[in-house]
Amino acid sequence: MHSKRLKKIEPKQFYNLMCLFFYFRDRKEWADLEPVPQDDGPNPVVKIAYSEKFTDVFDMFRALLKNDEKSERAFALTAEAIELNAANYTVWHYRRVLLQALDKDLREEMKYITAIIEDQPKNYQVWHHRRMVVEWLNDPSEELQFVAEILSQDAKNYHAWQHRQWVMQEYKLWDGELEYVEELLEEDVRNNSAWNQRHFVISHTSGYSDSAILEREVQYTLKQIKKAPHNESAWNYLNGILQDGGLSSYPGLLEQVTELQDTCSSPYLTAFLVDLYEDALETNSSSYDQQETLNKALELCKLLAEEKDTIRREYWNYVSRSLQNTYGSGDPVASSSDPPPPSSSQQPDTEPSDP
Amino acid sequence: MEEASSPLRCFRESHSFELFSDDGVQTVTSKEQRKVECSIQEVYSVYQQIHTSPQPTLLREQHYHYLKKGLRHLSDAYECLDASRPWLCYWILHSLELLEEPVPAAVASDVCQFLARCQSPTGGFGGGPSQHAHLAPTYAAVNALCILGTEEAYKVINRFHICFEKLLDFLYSVKQPDGSFVMHVGGEVDVRSAYCAASVASLTNIITPTLFDGTHNWILSCQNWEGGLGGVPGLEAHGGYTFCGTAALVILGKDHMLDLKALLRWVTSRQMRFEGGFQGRCNKLVDGCYSFWQAGVLPLLHRALFKEGDSTLSMSSWMFERKALQEYILLCCQNPGGGLLDKPGKSRDFYHTCYCLSGLSIAQHFGNKDLHNELILGRDENRLAPTHPVYNICPEKVARAIEHFHRLPVPVQTGPTLSAMDQS
Repeated sequence: MHSKRLKKIEPKQFYNLMCLFFYFRDRKEWADLEPVPQDDGPNPVVKIAYSEKFTDVFDMFRALLKNDEKSERAFALTAEAIELNAANYTVWHYRRVLLQALDKDLREEMKYITAIIEDQPKNYQVWHHRRMVVEWLNDPSEELQFVAEILSQDAKNYHAWQHRQWVMQEYKLWDGELEYVEELLEEDVRNNSAWNQRHFVISHTSGYSDSAILEREVQYTLKQIKKAPHNESAWNYLNGILQDGGLSSYPGLLEQVTELQDTCSSPYLTAFLVDLYEDALETNSSSYDQQETLNKALELCKLLAEEKDTIRREYWNYVSRSLQNTYGSGDPVASSSDPPPPSSSQQPDTEPSDP
Repeated sequence: MEEASSPLRCFRESHSFELFSDDGVQTVTSKEQRKVECSIQEVYSVYQQIHTSPQPTLLREQHYHYLKKGLRHLSDAYECLDASRPWLCYWILHSLELLEEPVPAAVASDVCQFLARCQSPTGGFGGGPSQHAHLAPTYAAVNALCILGTEEAYKVINRFHICFEKLLDFLYSVKQPDGSFVMHVGGEVDVRSAYCAASVASLTNIITPTLFDGTHNWILSCQNWEGGLGGVPGLEAHGGYTFCGTAALVILGKDHMLDLKALLRWVTSRQMRFEGGFQGRCNKLVDGCYSFWQAGVLPLLHRALFKEGDSTLSMSSWMFERKALQEYILLCCQNPGGGLLDKPGKSRDFYHTCYCLSGLSIAQHFGNKDLHNELILGRDENRLAPTHPVYNICPEKVARAIEHFHRLPVPVQTGPTLSAMDQS
C-alpha cells in the first residue's frame, strides 16, 4: 500500500489557508478608530492598485498619525506597515517616536531590526533605524559581527559597508579590521568594497605616510596583481595609494611593473605606466628624460586608444592631447580628428542660463 | 550626422577580445561578470539572426503606451514605491518628454493637483499624501512640475498653493552643521541630499547666502582614492553618488574644486568594454540606469575642464564611447512590450525607463544649443530630445523654470529652524 504524498505547500500559501488576514477595521480593539483613506484627489495619477490588506493597514496608520496616538497598538501596527512597505520612512519615524514615548525594550528592537535587515538588506530605512537604536543603546558590540553576516551573503552591500564604517568611526573599533579585509580579499580579490575598506582602515589608523606601511601596501598590492593581472581594483589601489607619494619617484616601481609586462600584461598595466610617466613629467623628475618619457606616454596612449582599451578611445586621445599640450615643445595641439571650431567658439553650456 | 550604416561595434569579429579575462582565478565577481557577458552574447546572436542588417530601433510606441498607462495606473507590484510617488511622476513625465510625447492638459493638471497633495504643511514634498517631507520626492516633485511648467501649469501651481517659501524652511530644517543635509527630519545623510537640495533651490530661486554653507566642502570630502565619489566620506566610489555630488557642485559653482582628472579617469573606466553600458562601481555589473548616472557626469566634467581653461577638450564628443552605450541600451535594455531595464533578464520599471532613456539622450547629443553634434545610432526616429545634464529635465524646461522663479524675490526663511538632531 502506498501512502498518498501530500503536495508541498509554500509557507505563504499555508498561512493564507490557515489564517485569513483579519483586517484592522474589523478588529474590536480598533473599533474606536475611524480609518483615514488616502487623499489622492478626484483624478488620481500614478495610482497603485493596493491590496485590501495594504489599504486596511495604511488607512489605520493614517488615523493613528492624525490623532498622534502613542500606544502599544500603534506600535504593533507600525510593524505591519513596515512589512508591507519597508521604504515608508514616515512609518519608521513614527515607530521611533513610539519606541521612546512607550519606553520600549531596545534590545528587543535590535532583534526586530536584525530580522528585517536580513530579509531586506538593500533598504535605506532599515539600516538607518538600526543605527538609531545602536546610538540610543550606545552599544555597538553586535555590529561588526552583524555586518559581517550580511556581507557574507552579499560582500558588496553598500548600506552594510556604510553602517560598518559608521560604527568603526563612532566607537573607534579599528582592531582586527585589516585582518577582516584580507579575509574578504582572499575570498574575492576583485571585491572593490574590500579594497576601499582597506584604504579606509589604514587612512584612519597608521596612515600612508609611514614608509614601512606604504611599502607593505605596495608589495601586498603587487602580489595580488600578479595573481590576477586583469583585476582593476588592485591596479586602482596601487595608483590610489601612490598619488601623493608620486608614482614615478617610488623606488623600483617602474622596474617592477615593466617586468610584469611579459607575463601579466593588461590594459590596466599600460594605463598605470601612462600614469607613472605623467607623474614623472609633472614632477619634472631628473631621473627621467622628459622628451623620452613624453614619447613613451604618448605611444602607450595611442596603443590604448587604438588597440587595448578602445572603449576609452576618446579619453586616451584626450590624455594624449593634454600631455602634448602641457609637455610638448612646438605647435599647440588641436583636437585632431574634429572639424575646425566654428567662429564663435562655444563650448557646451551645462549651467542654467542667466535670465 | 554620423553614418547610419557602419557595422555595430558589438558585431565586429574582434569584439570577443573584450570579454572579461579572469586570469584563471575565479571569484564571485568574475563568475557574475561572465554570466552577464554570456547573456549579452545571447542577445547579440539572437539579434543577428533576426535582423539581416542590424538597425537598432527604439520601440517608441511600446514605451509610450507603457508610460501613458503607468501615469494613471500601477499594479500592486508598486506597493514598494508607495513612498515614492512623486518619483513615479517624474520618471514617467521625463521619459515622455524625452520621447517628445505631449502630456494632455487634463493629465498635467491632475499631476499638479496630486503633487500639491504630496506637499507637507511645513514645506517640501513627501512620497505620497500625508507623508513627511523628504528631499528625494521633493526633488522629483519640483522636476515634475518644471517639466509640466507651461504657463497653464504655473497657474495651476499657484491655485493649488504649492508653496516655495515653505520649501526654504524645509531645506533649513534638514541642513546639518557640517554642511551636509539629512534626507528628511530624523533621517540619514548622504550626498544625494545635497544634490536634491541644490537642484530644487536653484530652480526655484530660493538660495540664500547661508543655505549651502559648508556644503561644497562636505561634498568634496566624498571624493575618494578611486577618483569617484561615495555616499558619505570614506565609502566606495559609486555612480549614483558621483553624479549627485558632481551635479551639486556644478550648481554651487564649486565643481572646479574636485580633482577633475581623477574623477574623469574613474568615470570613463566605468564603461564596460564588452557590454558598452556602464557599471556603478569598479568590478560590479553593468546596469542600464548608469547610462545616465555615469555617462551624465561627462558633460559636467567637460564643462568644468573647459572653465578651467582646458584647450584640448574634444569639440565633437563627450569622453565616452557614445555608440557603444546606445548599442547597449537599444539592444539589451528594451522590453519588447514597452519600458526599459537594467540588463537582459531583468524586469522593466519606470526608474530604468527614465534613466536608460536619459542616458540614450546624453549619448546622442553633444554640446549646447549653439554647438550641437548628434550621433544617432540606428534610425533617425531613435532620436530623443536633449536633456540637461545637471537637472535631467529638458533644457528648455530648466530655462523656463529659472525665468519664472527669478521674477520672484528670494524668500526670507520664515519658519522655525528645528535642528534635525532634535528629532528622533
